[in-house]
Order: sequence, then structure tokens, then C-alpha cells
Amino acid sequence: MSAAVKTLVNQPYKYGFVTTIETDTIPRGLNEDVIRLISSKKNEPEFMLEFRLRAYRHWLKMTEPTWPHVTYPAIDYQDIIYYSAPKQKAKKNSLDEVDPALLETFEKLGIPLSEQKRLTNVAVDAIFDSVSIATTFREKLAKEGVIFCSISEALHEYPELVQKYLGSVVPIADNYFAALNSAVFSDGSFVYIPKGVKCPMELSTYFRINSGDTGQFERTLIVAEEGSHVSYLEGCTAPMYDSNQLHAAVVELVALDNAEIKYSTVQNWYAGDENGKGGIYNFVTKRGLCQGVNSKISWTQVETGSAITWKYPSCVLVGDNSVGEFYSVALTNNYQQADTGTKMVHIGKNTRSTIISKGISAGHSKNSYRGLVKMSPKAEGARNYSQCDSMLIGDNAQANTFPYIQVQNHTAKLEHEASTSKIGEDQLFYFTQRGISQEDAVSMMISGFCKDVFNQLPMEFAVEADRLLSLKLEGSVG
Amino acid sequence: MMTEGSEVILSVRDLTAEVDGTPILKGMSLEIKAGEIHAIMGPNGSGKSTFSKVLAGHPAYEVTGGEVIFQGQNLLEMEPEERARSGVFLAFQYPLEIPGVSNLDFLRVAYNSRRKHQGLEELDAFDFDELIQEKLDVVKMDSAFLSRSVNEGFSGGEKKRNEILQMAILEPKLAILDETDSGLDIDALKIVANGVNQLANPENAMLVITHYQRLLNYIIPDRVHVMANGRIITSGTKELALELEARGYDWLLEAETAEVAV
Ligand SMILES: Nc1ncnc2c1ncn2[C@@H]1O[C@H](COP(=O)(O)OP(=O)(O)OP(=O)(O)O)[C@@H](O)[C@H]1O
Ligand SMILES: [Mg+2]
Repeated sequence: MSAAVKTLVNQPYKYGFVTTIETDTIPRGLNEDVIRLISSKKNEPEFMLEFRLRAYRHWLKMTEPTWPHVTYPAIDYQDIIYYSAPKQKAKKNSLDEVDPALLETFEKLGIPLSEQKRLTNVAVDAIFDSVSIATTFREKLAKEGVIFCSISEALHEYPELVQKYLGSVVPIADNYFAALNSAVFSDGSFVYIPKGVKCPMELSTYFRINSGDTGQFERTLIVAEEGSHVSYLEGCTAPMYDSNQLHAAVVELVALDNAEIKYSTVQNWYAGDENGKGGIYNFVTKRGLCQGVNSKISWTQVETGSAITWKYPSCVLVGDNSVGEFYSVALTNNYQQADTGTKMVHIGKNTRSTIISKGISAGHSKNSYRGLVKMSPKAEGARNYSQCDSMLIGDNAQANTFPYIQVQNHTAKLEHEASTSKIGEDQLFYFTQRGISQEDAVSMMISGFCKDVFNQLPMEFAVEADRLLSLKLEGSVG
Repeated sequence: MMTEGSEVILSVRDLTAEVDGTPILKGMSLEIKAGEIHAIMGPNGSGKSTFSKVLAGHPAYEVTGGEVIFQGQNLLEMEPEERARSGVFLAFQYPLEIPGVSNLDFLRVAYNSRRKHQGLEELDAFDFDELIQEKLDVVKMDSAFLSRSVNEGFSGGEKKRNEILQMAILEPKLAILDETDSGLDIDALKIVANGVNQLANPENAMLVITHYQRLLNYIIPDRVHVMANGRIITSGTKELALELEARGYDWLLEAETAEVAV
């Protein structure tokens, strides 16, 4: 074989198992009655039902976006199940009451929830299909005044907080998928950090899709009051099915004066097989509002899974001197498609944003960076630095960059750097000629390429991310 | 140098190879014994780099005939990394840039893969640091180069010196230097030659590809071969290099065509 860079073979996806469990599942399809049913099953306050119905009515008038650089067969929204929950007691007082099959599932995923085994400095909210099944360390956090619970619980226990902030960053009619999410979301995490509190541990939500026909629509809301601090992590996996599952989440972050939110994602949804069959459609709206002066929101994402990724974690920099950051590694292999990037909207004075995007494309995959930097008329002295690097592995992968720049204030400064590199036969030969195996060569080059982003992740997860990328690319060359 | 009776390090017989279906090597034969330095000269495009890459196992080249024995082993059956770990080293004519990988990490991983192959313990970062300082002196390179990405932004001459640094660390059994002297200033040339001479010993062998007789003033070859059109057309002592410098290749090429025509 003279052309050494061959088609890619994925390491088997090790999270592809299915948990057998009795579920409470509603019939397929979507209409106002389904929305009423979801809301009543969750016993929601009236304002929530109205919110959902308004969103649904908007959604009906909207059309699916076609501008992303991805292609997929039309989605039949009437063929999706919008609510599925493992059958168990409505309210759990302790983990002992959680179905052992669920605890075992999370243990298998490396997220032990039981008191003895849980991660020492990470509080976890575990979400299985449509609902949150357990949240660890709640009492410990409560002592500091930190609220960390499922959004369903928050709707009962802190309805004013939810009502005040839900939809304040991503309005119900923001875009097609956000509107759909607003109508049907079933669960997600809620975080509230009171004034002046530094959250004593990492907060994390782990999303698990189990069912093959259920869409997953979760909603995350994080509010950081004045001078508070929080680091939040999100992880996700799904079983391997031949069909595609829709995942349309919305994440809203609000940072008040001098507050800081760090949001990290290690996304490892099932990506489909090596021929592109199956996998998750990941259509996600994530946005942070730096409402207060000197506030800071930082997104770090490592995107390795999903058949299709459509995702632009963004920052709206309203407060003077506020800071937005976006650090991203997006890896696509086989027939995966990713259209991902960020939006940095500078509104306040002296606002600053940094964008570091690293795209790695292998196999026949398509990997696009799409980013908007907007300097509004009042953004005196605002600055942005963007760096978009692409790495191609083999000859059949694609990388694209679509930067959009709108400057309405002449004192604003923007800097943009971009590069494309390739791991080809000659680079690999340079390593092997020095006695270094191809696998080590690829992982050394990838680690080096992603260093600036991995450095932003909490330590345990940086190691995990590094390992994950190597696994994903194992056998992809040579 | 006395080489009677020494071990044969490399024996190449009737080697033919092609790239993308185009035959490039058309019957290379060569034997190098332990303790010997051989030089290959020859016009541009004659196949010198191809020969060196085929020996190192570059996957783009397909061997279509002949044999290569390296220290008694069939080299052609070995993967490129096995060849390297067994002591085949190629200093590239055009060393590649490897962004994001520090020179130090690259050297350490390479060195340890060779150690492991030899059944020796891998060196940790501290011990390796000592070793590398010593080798930096050989090529008079500043340690600042270690923290930079492999060859990235290096000048042409710095890249070549970096190749010699790698060679000094790996201590190969067979070192192939593909035009390591090209693009070097006179001081750098001396440094590189000095590096090569320090490495040369009665147990190993060197194959030096060059266009310039001047390198051979510093590295004294035991044999000089002239390659044309994918094979060796003549071989001689170091005086052959002087003659080539004075007369060029035409007289040899004409003689060769005449021979073929007969
Ligand atoms: N991928 C390729 N496809 C077609 N021809 C090739 C390819 N690679 C090398 N060649 C040809 O093989 C011949 C030998 O090339 P090679 O690089 O070995 O020459 P060289 O003797 O090292 O020359 P120089 O002195 O210029 O370095 C050249 O004619 C070159 O164009
Ligand atoms: Mg050459």
C-alpha cells in the first residue's frame, strides 16, 4: 500500500450499550396536547406551560436553518418521542431509592453516583433520557448557598428565579431548535451561585441518551450573582443505534457584576459507524450574558462525537470591561459533520474576547468553523483576538472557516490568525524514521495542536480529553 | 581505514523501486562494512534521495526487486520504525516542520524507543536532559532550540544541524546523510562534519550523499559512488570526487550511454 494514509477505522465506541429499564413514555409526535402533557407530568407552574406554548406557536412559523455546512435527510418531527422517563418514585430522598440499573449505568460510564465512590471534588447531576435521576453533594453545596439541582426541581422550589432568567439570554424564538427546546424541554440542570460565593467544587451534568426514538431536549440555566465564581462541566454519551437521535439543548448563562462562569464540555455522543450510519444530531444553542461590569464567561469545548454538530457557544458582552472566551477543539472522523464556532457580541466599553478554535478532520468528515465578532456602536475600546487552526488527517477530509466580522465602532480592535496544517505521510514518516510509532506520532501532534485549549480544562478532564482524542483517531492513519 | 574482514553492515543487491508506477531505482548495488564511510554523488534527479528513503522504508516507494540486508536482516521486511530502532538513521535532505511538538519531547520519545528496542531502561526527563546538553555541544546548538517545535521556523542550516543532533542522540549503526551539507555556511559545515566524525567508529557505517567535494575534505570517504539514472555507474576512491569536481558528470554519462548502446 503506497498511499499510507488510509481510510479510518474507529476504536469501538465504548459507551454504546443500552440499559433495559421500564419507562414512562408518551406517544410519538408533537402538538399542543403533547406539550400540555409534558408540563402536567412534571407538575409545572402555570407560567411554564405558557412559556412552552408560546415557544411552540413560534416554532410552527419557523423553518429549519439551511445555512450550516452540513447535509442530512429531513427530520420528521412527528416521528420523535418527546418525553420518556425511567419509571420510579416521583421524589427521591436519597440515592438508595434510585433504580440500581440507573446507578449501574452511570458507574459503567465512569460517573459513580454513590456516596462511597463519587468523584471527590465534583458534584454531578445525572440526566437519563428526559429526566434528572440524581444530584450529588446537594447538602454540602447548600451550606454555601449554592443551588444545584435539576431544572424540574428548581421550577418547584425556586420558581421566581427560573421565571426571571429562563429565556432571558436565549429568547424562545431565537432560532428553530431553541424554539423547539423551549416548547418541549424535559429536564436539565439549574445552578445559582449567590453573591460573593466561590463555588467550592466543580459542578457537572452528565447527559445520557438511552432510548432510540426519544429526542433529548435539555435546558441548563446558570446564574452567577455579583462577585461569584463557578466552574461547570458537561459530559455526554449515547448508545449505538442505526437510526439518528435528535439532541436539541439550550444553555443559558448569566454573569452579574464581577462574576465569573467557566463552562466546559466534553461531548462524546455516539457519532455513527464508519460508514456514517446512526449517531446523534446535536443541534445546540449555548449563550452567555455578561450582564455585569467586569464579568467573565468562558466556554471550553471538546467536541468529538455526534453525527452532526451545530453549535455556537456565544457571549453577549453587555457590562463594561466584561470578558468572553471561547476555546474549542472539534474533531470529526469518518462521515461526521461539524459546523461549530462562536459569536462574540461586544456591547459594553472595553469588552474583550478571545477565540481559539482548533478543528481536526479525519476520514471523509467535514469540519467547519463559523464565527461572528460584532463590535456595536458603544463598544469603545473593545478588542477581539481570534485564532482558527485546522488540521487535516489524510486526503479525504474537509476543513472550512467562515469568519463574520461586523464593526460599528472605529476604536474597536480585531486580530485574526488562521492556519491549516496536515498530518500526512511525510510527517508520519519523519516520526517513524526516528523510531516513533504512528499512533504516538499522531497523538503527539494532536496534543500539541490542542494544547492551548486543553490547558483551559479542569485538570482531570484535560487528561481525559487528550486520551479521548487519541482513542478516536486510533487506526486512522497508516 | 582498515576494513578487511569487518562485518558487513549494509548490502544492497540489484535494488529496483518505483513511485506512483514510475521506476526510479533501476538496479542499485552497494556494500558497506563496519567502520566505513561511503559517499554517493550524482546529478540532480538521479535517484539519491529515493535510494535513501527506500532504505529507511518510506511508504510512498514500492520496491519491485532486489534485496537489502542490514546486519544480516532483511531490511525490506521491516516497518520503518523497526528499521529506525535497529539503527538505521536518515538525515533528511528537506527536514519537515512538526508544529506543536517540542524538539525536546520528540528527541526523548525517539531516544527512548531506541533504548527500549535495545532492552535498555528508558531515560527520565532529568537523565535525558544531561545527555542532551552534552550532545548540544557537539553540534554547537543553543538549548533554546529544545523548547521550540521541531524544525518550525528553523533556518535551513538550523534544520540540518538539528538532524545531526538527532543523529548524535540516536547513535545509529547506519547513518545516511542526504545532502546535509547543502545550504550550510562554512562554520556550520565544519560543525556538521565534526559531528559526523565524532560518531564514526569501527562498529558503524555512514552513507553520505553530497554534491560537493568540499564536504569530503572534512569527512574522508572510503569509497565514492556516482549515481545516474537510478543506479551506480562508477565507484572509486576519494580522488574520484576531485575528478568529478573538475570535469563534471558528462564524461561519465557519455561513457555510460556509449556502453548501453553497444
Ligand atoms: N512522487 C514522485 N512521482 C514521480 N516522480 C518522482 C516522485 N518522487 C521522485 N520522483 C522522481 O524521481 C527522480 C529521483 O528523485 P530523487 O529525489 O531521488 O533525486 P536526487 O538524486 O536526490 O536529486 P537531487 O540531487 O536534486 O536531490 C526524480 O526525477 C524525481 O522527479
Ligand atoms: Mg536528493
